[in-house]
Amino acid sequence: MTEQVERAGGTQNGTSVERRGDRELLVTRMFNAPPSTVYRAWSQPELFQRWWVPKSAPGISLVSCDMDVRTGGKYRLEFGAGGSDTMAFYGKYLEVVPNERIVWTNDEGEEGAITTVTFEDQGGKTLLVFHEIYPSKEALVEALQGSAVALPEQLEQLDELLPGLIG
Amino acid sequence: MVQYLDPPLDLSFAALSDATRRGIIDQLGRGEASITSLADKFHMTLTGMKKHVQVLERAGLVVTQKVGRVRTCKLGKRGLKAEAEWIEAHRKLFEARFEALDEIINEMNREGSDD
Repeated sequence: MTEQVERAGGTQNGTSVERRGDRELLVTRMFNAPPSTVYRAWSQPELFQRWWVPKSAPGISLVSCDMDVRTGGKYRLEFGAGGSDTMAFYGKYLEVVPNERIVWTNDEGEEGAITTVTFEDQGGKTLLVFHEIYPSKEALVEALQGSAVALPEQLEQLDELLPGLIG
Repeated sequence: MVQYLDPPLDLSFAALSDATRRGIIDQLGRGEASITSLADKFHMTLTGMKKHVQVLERAGLVVTQKVGRVRTCKLGKRGLKAEAEWIEAHRKLFEARFEALDEIINEMNREGSDD
């Protein structure tokens, strides 16, 4: 797993982000724990909400987080930026294999991506692969355009980003 | 923030969806080249190469200039800036998330709980 992926600069401590073809996004990262641990941190709402919204995103917080992580289950996340307005992200789990993979839909937008996260055992460590496939090239382009403009405020940037990313 | 009036990104993705056109971009990354020399290099007719270059030009990825009878192509200023920025923004977000996740995983490891 020392594969060098071409990145858009920045530090390199393991998180790589690539585009695959014209409809897919791929994020990979190693974790120092077996898949069962990483899976728990991803599938238990009280743990998930502690890391999904990074502290470095000033002012954005998870107002509510409902996740019924099983095949056919639903999730709903609501974000707030301090005011009374919240942004909701929701969808359903298409496939859940504990400690191995979670696949979900992103239903808040017109053409939501299908997101798959897999947890692969690599000698007691976990290779996490986060994969998103958009229904069309245009849908990914739209996601790109929403966030490709360099914004002055990190908050705004994250605002732009979240819709395409939340699962 | 200065806003550039870039061609829409779908034009550049469409432009880059073709292997020959990606090859042309690679080639121009090494230095400018005339349409004729590009056509030779990619074993294409002049007309075929002109079409490819036109697609790249419309997407803002390539600029051409005619000097005398030779049309020279070079990379457009914009390059793949927007795409690179998008990927970098995603990387930063996930980086931050995964660092927070590391901390939680360390906690869980310490607790040794793994049911």
